[in-house]
Amino acid sequence: MNTLEQLAHGFSVAFTPINLLWCLLGTTLGTAIGVLPGLGPALTIALLLPITYQVAPEASFILFAGIYYGAMYGGSTTSILLNTPGESATIVTALEGNKMARSGRGGAALATSAIGSFVAGTIGTLGVAFLAPVVVKFALAFGPAEYFSLMVLAFITVSAVLGSSSVRGLASLFAGFVIGMIGVDLQTGQPRFTFGTTELLDGVDVIIAAVGLFAVGETLYMASRRYAGKDEIVPLKGSLYMTAAEWGRSWKAWLRGAAIGFPIGAMPAGGAEIPTFLSYAIEKKLSKHKEEFGTVGAIEGVAGPEAANNASAAGVLVPMLTLGLPTSATAAIMLSAFQSYGINPGPLLLTTQANLVWGLIASLFIANVILVILNLPLIGLWVRLLKIPAPQLYAGILVFATVGTYGISQSPIDLVILYLLGAAGFLMRRFDFPTAPVIIGMILGPLAETQFRRAMTISNGDWSVFYKHPLSLTLLTLAFIGLVGPHIWAFIEHRRRRGPEHVPGDA
Amino acid sequence: MLNRRRFLMSTAAAGAAGLAGLHLTPAFAEGAPQIQIFVPAAPGGGWDQTGRTMDQVMRAEKLISGSQITNVGGAGGTVGLPQFISQWNGKGNSLMVAGMVMVGAIIANKAANNLTQVTPIARLTGEFEALVVPAESPFKTAADFVAALKADPTKVPVAGGSAGGSDHILFGLIAKTVGVPATSLSYVPFAGGGEALSALLGNQVAAGISGFGEFSEQVKAGALRLLAISADKRQDGIDAPTLKEAGIDVELFNWRGVFAPPGVSDADKAAMIALVETMAKSDAWATECKNRNWTPILLTGDDYAKFVAEDSARIEAILKDLGLA
Repeated sequence: MNTLEQLAHGFSVAFTPINLLWCLLGTTLGTAIGVLPGLGPALTIALLLPITYQVAPEASFILFAGIYYGAMYGGSTTSILLNTPGESATIVTALEGNKMARSGRGGAALATSAIGSFVAGTIGTLGVAFLAPVVVKFALAFGPAEYFSLMVLAFITVSAVLGSSSVRGLASLFAGFVIGMIGVDLQTGQPRFTFGTTELLDGVDVIIAAVGLFAVGETLYMASRRYAGKDEIVPLKGSLYMTAAEWGRSWKAWLRGAAIGFPIGAMPAGGAEIPTFLSYAIEKKLSKHKEEFGTVGAIEGVAGPEAANNASAAGVLVPMLTLGLPTSATAAIMLSAFQSYGINPGPLLLTTQANLVWGLIASLFIANVILVILNLPLIGLWVRLLKIPAPQLYAGILVFATVGTYGISQSPIDLVILYLLGAAGFLMRRFDFPTAPVIIGMILGPLAETQFRRAMTISNGDWSVFYKHPLSLTLLTLAFIGLVGPHIWAFIEHRRRRGPEHVPGDA
Repeated sequence: MLNRRRFLMSTAAAGAAGLAGLHLTPAFAEGAPQIQIFVPAAPGGGWDQTGRTMDQVMRAEKLISGSQITNVGGAGGTVGLPQFISQWNGKGNSLMVAGMVMVGAIIANKAANNLTQVTPIARLTGEFEALVVPAESPFKTAADFVAALKADPTKVPVAGGSAGGSDHILFGLIAKTVGVPATSLSYVPFAGGGEALSALLGNQVAAGISGFGEFSEQVKAGALRLLAISADKRQDGIDAPTLKEAGIDVELFNWRGVFAPPGVSDADKAAMIALVETMAKSDAWATECKNRNWTPILLTGDDYAKFVAEDSARIEAILKDLGLA
């Protein structure tokens, strides 16, 4: 009851006209920056930090929270329509979402992602309000050994995105590992694969790689095929929003996505990308429409990951508000805003600043409602982008990708990387190598490496940590089942079907 | 750079900025100069906050009419430094924020440029570091920690920030002082933020080293035990000895300061030192420092130059011991 009372009090803080206005401003701004690749919520909030000198703490946190949630909504729009992910958490959305847009269901893809974001965002925010103390205990039990085992599980499950040829898929995945290794090695401080270039010391930004491989590569490919293939504008098929069948396929994916995203988001090293990979793999496995994945686009493949990334965005707030632990760049900057007010974020935040924290949580609910109201009518506008003839549209994508990439750190080197990867993306497309595994390798590879080396440093080289910790063992067992389970299942099925033939004389 | 970003933002937000009442275009005050602040890091970090806080305080105190902040992030500041040296040469109204982290990065990255090529103006703040252990840890004092470290350093995994950063440097200095070879240490680097902290709270490591501010709230809540701090003397309100008091003769401040570009005139240099000094002595600056757990350790001009040179030598020696330089 106490929680409900506090939440009610939080709503009374958030429901003042001025705070509602801040929330509207934040969500609008967030949606806009989410759409632009390169400009993320962390950078935006950092640039808006001086506002803390002028307005009340409640107002600025409501603004920041709106930006944070808004960016998660906006990031999917360009992924779906232009194959240009605006945020790293929406890279997976591009896989099926863009395929759907190409087959005339762009509106449905946008709708399922907006409504899915609303559903998952609301579930996640409820989680923040009611489950935070429990979830944070679970999240802290994750040490390097557990994270490494989680990565193993993720690697097994992402085999779903490797494409039809596993050799090509693995080649792409390993290329991703190599790109992910570029930069200063965190464990030893030594540069790897930087070839003496200072700008490469910080590694290659995942967003640049995704935009290069997906958007630039695709554009070059389309340009090369200009006169070879048909060039027609795909008409919108069916309803602008979702059909009954699409609702039926979406809602379970939303719930599963939220269930995966929230706890992983709450983990200090969980991040927003891994839950989207896991959700995608699960949806592909469970879908009754497997043939749509990678061809015309399966709506589950958009609904699940979109829900997962929004739920994980809520999950990130759990360690931040309960322990003062910033587990993402955005959370770290929000914490520095607390400091501008002389508030020290920590385990006592919830008791010493109850007004602020519950006002923030309440405004997250409001932000979610505003965002879905804001985004659904926009769909009609967004899908018109697809009516632009291909040459103009692709030229526009190229400009958009270039400007967005330059916006990340104003470094010309980033543009060189963008176009090198674009050329690579074109060749991969031409010779039928899937590009998504490159991105997955870039994200998971270095994480797995770092956690593995940390675990081994802490255990002083003793391998047994991976199976002596119960959580780690559970994750490894799940990974093992995921790896051999389908084969055993197929074998049993095979035997059952062939069974009678092996029994001569039996009718 | 930032004006471009601001432009992008303001177009994206379409008037939202105006609504928010931000100072996107600083108002001009009579007589006060306009300055440029170069931050060789992405927005949001310690140097960026230093730059933005300076801007706020100097404007509030009417010392400047406004400032333009440029961020060029990357590789501990070694991406921005060459730009500041070549492109900002001779600009008397500009300042670069830098600090101990850049000294370490220059050495570890074997960078072509270093801080002797820019004009030292003032050291502003420092954050002393803290040595902490989880609440359940058997180590009650810094002496317990040192005893365990001496017995077998590989059994005492210590969490902190990136390899070669201030936390790692302090760990190396402690080990060296108590006679444990730096190469045998079990240091577990985490990429900033709350990751090292969560490893401590989750009891994954034996101890942790980081800026005091990172740990202070957890110490207050009883989740972590503070063994020692790296300040020069005991601090008000902090119930822990300094490393020196605990018998480890080490003192370390993760300092931050400002530099002017190379080639500025002596008059410009003197004016800039006066400006920064006035700011650093204002009440507004003192309040900001208190809020952010920054210890004001003002040092200007030639004394500052001497300090930077000495600190560089000390850091280079310890990074060599740690096998990083």
